[in-house]
This record gives sequence, structure tokens and C-alpha cells, in this order.
Amino acid sequence: MLIPCPYCGQRDVSEFTYQGDGNRTRPNPSSTDRAAWNAYVYDRTNPAGEHREIWQHSGGCRAHIVVVRNTLTHAVVASSMARARTRADRREPT
Amino acid sequence: MADRLSPLEPVYRPGNHGNLAGGAGVVLGERQPGSIVQLAVWSGQERPALAVMLDVTGMRLPDGAGSGSAREDIAAFGFAPGRFLLVSEAEGLADRLRAALSEELGTVTDLSHGRTAFRIAGAKAEWVLAKLFAIDFALAAFPTGAGRSTSHHDIFAQIQRSGPEQFDLYVFRSFARSFWHTLCRAAEETGYEVR
Repeated sequence: MLIPCPYCGQRDVSEFTYQGDGNRTRPNPSSTDRAAWNAYVYDRTNPAGEHREIWQHSGGCRAHIVVVRNTLTHAVVASSMARARTRADRREPT
Repeated sequence: MADRLSPLEPVYRPGNHGNLAGGAGVVLGERQPGSIVQLAVWSGQERPALAVMLDVTGMRLPDGAGSGSAREDIAAFGFAPGRFLLVSEAEGLADRLRAALSEELGTVTDLSHGRTAFRIAGAKAEWVLAKLFAIDFALAAFPTGAGRSTSHHDIFAQIQRSGPEQFDLYVFRSFARSFWHTLCRAAEETGYEVR
């Protein structure tokens, strides 16, 4: 499987480390809502199709990237810098 | 000036090795640059930080991911977003950069003792490197001056093309002897000269 790193271009999957599901949102660290934490830690949608996930190009530029991958075909349909998403999230009102 | 010690010293054998039927296809060697420096720039500060680099080193980097420039005495390239490797024959580059670069722009890390620098040159250099790394070494895809971050198994390497048939590799010093063995084995097929 090839993953398109936004900085380095197409690279072999062996250069990357999977960092988990990219759909979940961490609750506020001061939250004591056990249901929210349980959902964050354990609940996964496990789709048969397109899945948004976080990878790190650990054997390359070391950037964290958001990859949309089809779990049936392994086709990667989109990739972008995770830092861009973090910045966008910060701008949203809380 | 302090003595420069090489991690390759016990296994570095100058001379011709491997299959020499067609002559040595590549020349392998260790370089011992005086300075290897990492410049890490805060997000959005690339232009002013690279202007400081131009002032201090005279190196102007083209725009774009992995772009770089190589001269005999100094080389620089981007290897990750906002991160650049500078390699100079002169010692003390880290101090000169640190003095010129405001903390508002980025940080300077002296890696001179942490990396070992290899050079592979010759008609078969692309061929030998392509055995080790899953990236495209063709001149059109990897132009002169450009840099790449990649790894061979778990040995991380930063590679700069410093000439049409010449590459410089920077490897963690603690992995250098192991990597040297690998590089020599990969070059046995084409024959190699160690200088």
C-alpha cells in the first residue's frame, strides 16, 4: 500500500505508523462524563468503506497526517497535514 | 580543533571491492563535515528564517517540499515541514546561526556529533541506493540539490542529491557502522571503491 504524504509524496506503508481512528474527538480533559470518555476510548464505527484515520510518517518527515482510506480496497482517497486540522479545530467556538 | 573520530574506523577499508569486472560502479566514502545543523522553523516563519540562513550561509533554497542546494563547502535542504538540514565544511555553523536567528523564528540544533555523513558517487549510484530505499532516485524525480527523508528498515536516513551521479546520506551515528556494511553489500554487485 502506498500512502501519499503531503510533504514527501507517495511512500511505502512501511515508512508510516498508524496512530488510530481520526473521527473521535477527545472530551475536555477536565470532563468527568464517564460515558463520553468510554465512547472516546472504546467506541469505533469500524466501517467497511472510507475511514478517516491518523498516520505518522515516522520513517520520513515525521509529520502526522490525516488519511481517508477505503478499508475494503486500501485505496487512499485523501491525505492532508494533521496540523491543518488541529488549527481549524482551534478556531471553532467551544 | 578536536580530532574527528569515525564510527566506521574498524571496518573502513580503502581500496577496490566486489565485482570489478566492469570497473568500480560507485565510489563510497565517509565525509567528515565540520558542522551538521538542524534548523527548525515555527509555523509560518519559513520566509524570515530562510532569509537569516541566506545571510549566514549564502545558501538560497528554492521553494517547495524537499528542495535544497548543494555546493562543495556547504549544503542545505528541507527534509520535513519547517525543518532544514545544513551541512558545512567549516566548524561552528550552529553557533553562527543561533546568534543570528531570533527565538521568534525557530531553533537551531547542533547534530555534528550525532550524524555520520556518507557519499556515494558514480554511474551506478542510483541503482545501488534504489536497492535500499523505496523512493525514486531518477534525476527527474529527485533533482540535484533536493533532499529526502526515508528509512532502510528502521535506519532513518536523510539523503541529498549533491550532483547528477552523487548522493550524500546522513545517518544516526550509532547506526552508521551497520549501515556502512549494508551499503557495501548493496554495492558488491556493481563493484565499489572506498576512498
